[in-house]
Amino acid sequence: MHLAHYLGLLHRAQTNLASAFRQVGDAHAEEPDIFHLCQQQARRCDAHAERLRPFTARYAQDVATEPDRLYSQLFTGTRTGGLGLLRDLQDLYLMAAECDITWTVVGQAAYGARDEELLAVVKRCEEETAIQLKWLRTRMKQAAPQALVVAE
Amino acid sequence: MVDRIADPWGERTPYGPGEQWPVRVDRFLADGRSESDVERWAQSASVLHSNGDAMDIAVAGGRIVGVRGRAVDRVNRGRLDPKDLYGWQANHSPDRLTRPLVRDGGRLVETDWDTAMNQVVARSKELLDGPGGWGHFGFYTTGQLFLEEYYALGVIGKAGLGTPHMDGNTRLCTATAAAALKASFGTDGQPGSYTDIDHCDAIALWGHNAAETQTVLWMRMLDRRRGPNPPTMLAVDPRATSVAREADLHLAVRNGTNMALMNGLLREIIRRGWYDRDYLAAHTIGFEELCRVVDGYPPKRVADICDVPAADVERAAELLGASQRLLSTVLQGFYQSNQATAAACAVNNLHLIRGMIGRPGAGIYQMNGQPTAQNTREAGANGDLPGLRNWENTAHIEELARLWNVDVDMIPHWAPPTHAMQIFRYAEQGSIKLLWITATNPAVSLPDLSRIRRILKQPELFVVVQDLFLTETAELADVVLPAATWGEKTGTFTNVDRTVHLSEKAVEPPGEARPDLDILLDYARRMDFRDRDGRPLIPWRGPEEVFEAWKECSRGRPCDYTGLSYDRLRGGSGIQWPCTDEHPDGTERLYSDGVFPTDPDYCETYGQDLATGAEFTEPEYRAKEPNGRAFLHTVDYQPSPEVPDDEHPMLLTTGRTVYQFHTRTKTARAPQLDAAAPEVWVELNPDDAGRLGITEGDLVGVASPRGGIQARARLSGIRPGVAFLPFHYGYFDVDPHDRTPRAANELTLTAWDPVSKQPIFKVAAVAVTKLGDGGGVPSPAPTVGGSAPVVGSVPDTVGGPAAQSVSERR
Repeated sequence: MHLAHYLGLLHRAQTNLASAFRQVGDAHAEEPDIFHLCQQQARRCDAHAERLRPFTARYAQDVATEPDRLYSQLFTGTRTGGLGLLRDLQDLYLMAAECDITWTVVGQAAYGARDEELLAVVKRCEEETAIQLKWLRTRMKQAAPQALVVAE
Repeated sequence: MVDRIADPWGERTPYGPGEQWPVRVDRFLADGRSESDVERWAQSASVLHSNGDAMDIAVAGGRIVGVRGRAVDRVNRGRLDPKDLYGWQANHSPDRLTRPLVRDGGRLVETDWDTAMNQVVARSKELLDGPGGWGHFGFYTTGQLFLEEYYALGVIGKAGLGTPHMDGNTRLCTATAAAALKASFGTDGQPGSYTDIDHCDAIALWGHNAAETQTVLWMRMLDRRRGPNPPTMLAVDPRATSVAREADLHLAVRNGTNMALMNGLLREIIRRGWYDRDYLAAHTIGFEELCRVVDGYPPKRVADICDVPAADVERAAELLGASQRLLSTVLQGFYQSNQATAAACAVNNLHLIRGMIGRPGAGIYQMNGQPTAQNTREAGANGDLPGLRNWENTAHIEELARLWNVDVDMIPHWAPPTHAMQIFRYAEQGSIKLLWITATNPAVSLPDLSRIRRILKQPELFVVVQDLFLTETAELADVVLPAATWGEKTGTFTNVDRTVHLSEKAVEPPGEARPDLDILLDYARRMDFRDRDGRPLIPWRGPEEVFEAWKECSRGRPCDYTGLSYDRLRGGSGIQWPCTDEHPDGTERLYSDGVFPTDPDYCETYGQDLATGAEFTEPEYRAKEPNGRAFLHTVDYQPSPEVPDDEHPMLLTTGRTVYQFHTRTKTARAPQLDAAAPEVWVELNPDDAGRLGITEGDLVGVASPRGGIQARARLSGIRPGVAFLPFHYGYFDVDPHDRTPRAANELTLTAWDPVSKQPIFKVAAVAVTKLGDGGGVPSPAPTVGGSAPVVGSVPDTVGGPAAQSVSERR
């Protein structure tokens, strides 16, 4: 049974995303919406990680040896300026996409494990992650023409 | 005779449910003139608030000499707001701008129109040259021009230059109304009619100090309250305003917590079965999700978050739930606060689940703050497309492209139109290089003023200001264009309840001042904007031609003007849109059939997540299969971006007094209004004041993380822990070397609602300290309205002989 590995992967993806949201928010605090919404979404990621905790414990005893190259690195710090903002949001987008697909995978596993409780958590968090992706896409669409074509 | 400074609402004319509101004609003629001294009356409507009160302008000797209300009009039936009675005098103020100004080194010098316009055009052409040139232009307009001017501006920006960076100060006043109407009902458009006051059995005022912001609307409510079978009244406001004092129940919520209150009220109403199962099944989507969210807000929790008694939350739900014809009105207490769009949508939800919409007395007013804000929205001079079109719907963009005969991709539709705060951010970063500001004063009205002044002063930003006076913003401009104002130009505008009025030119503008429309058309001519076939993009010569063109743009859209004309608007009452061949007399209420404009091909938005503003896509929207049903949107309460801490332990809220409008550009130049509220003040609860050693009239410092200001203290009925500042007071009438900070927006924070992008003016953390003793002299705050004193003896605010006006009941 390898579910615990994926739960661990998801947990780490969510805490990484929380931390990246905070770093991007702080780095671009002069964009007030970025600052406030990144804080808000960081808290949301914290809550997701928290909700996973009981399941990590539940499946921990069945854990097999950790496979090779389970984790990947998607974020190496923030940038500055309009173009930097766009790139930072793109990093967040990819990290949220990682969470999104991992929720899908864990959801499938929850079906297999007949774990209704886990399924309920997946359902809720999956929706919230979808909103994060949408928000990032919306904000990037707004920023892209000015950052890439207009600004010097 | 009546002193309408001492009594802004005048004499009561009580009436009962279903009766017609009696006529009362208000009149003020200056210098002891009588009606026989008036040579001519020019038809118009009010521009110093959003109510749209119809009036006639009295002319004698080529000058305006007074005003009177139009008895024939459906909106006011003769009544006028004190700002309208006295405010016209600003037209004749000796410091009107009469010639264009251009910056020469450090100062502005007078010049001629050719020189000024050539500077604007030369800079424009230089910026437009090259890829992405459109992105260097930003337009920041107002809610105080005329429909024709907005439409011309919209076409210049969207089809001439092709920039999405157009917004208005409507972002500060009415953006949330538009956002909430779109989110719930599919498009903008006020469901209700002012006549709903005549029929309702309950009125709920959500963050709406109607007594001071829309006095004539408030007169109508008071007249029902003094008549037989009066409506019950609920007020939600942290201050003890005249509305709160009149209401049967006042919830003085902690500012920033509206969403918790609304969720709690909806929970009570649902749990006690006070909703219309048939209506919501047939006409709404999202009831299950609504129930899931609001279930988390029992009265006890609401009481903790909002700091009001739990029993009052239950009583409020009973008042709302017991009504059969509920009227709601919503304004800045919701729009300029935390979670603005979500809270305004919650009011829509209340009406939708109770089936209280589209019939006499059962109505919603998502109010506007300004007289012509509705037109800024409809005509596309702000963050909306002309005709309330959907920027994500290619068919809608193609309609505009056909209408204007330009390529589809000339019209910026790749992302939502840029909102005001983002425009200023792009200017701050240097990618917007030309900022054209028409009829508004961001150097006093935007949040965090030291930042705004810094942006406007950036040498590389070319600032054009079009205004009547040398405002705080105009002082920082590179080119100042002197504009004609109300009474000096002709055009139309539309009020909160969709009533369109014609405003005729009564007198000539002073000096070389020109109507805003003429200035914009002149710019278009000099820029030589062309359509796809090489013909002039903007061929219009005057307002009526623009109005006729606008009618075509509005055809088939919710704001359909095709049945209107200048001639139809002359003589009688204003007319409510949609006005078409099928409905030649206009439309009193929208959605009387329970069918909402949510059809994917027709709607103005595919929807947004209320917590983040994330946009939903067309396929996602279609999958909801709206089929003419309205949406019940809600979210959980989230605390405001800024909450009090040890260093800034109090909450600040800002707002208006009945005597002033916006940044006082006009009202400070009307002697009666200026004298009634001449200087800033800060309102404190006596408990807080006592703790801080402050008494009436003491000089007080109010500081936030952004800055500090000074004001004299008024001990009022505001809730404990909250300080109130009127936002009107800037610096234009203070010597530049002696400008002690006094503008409320020195303190407010740069943050906005994720959906409507309306800045949060009503929640900031501040520290309040005593700076000096007032020596027993009361603060300059009016004793009328929300600033009424609750401690000590303060002389009443009166207007005296200069404010004597006439009110005639007919």
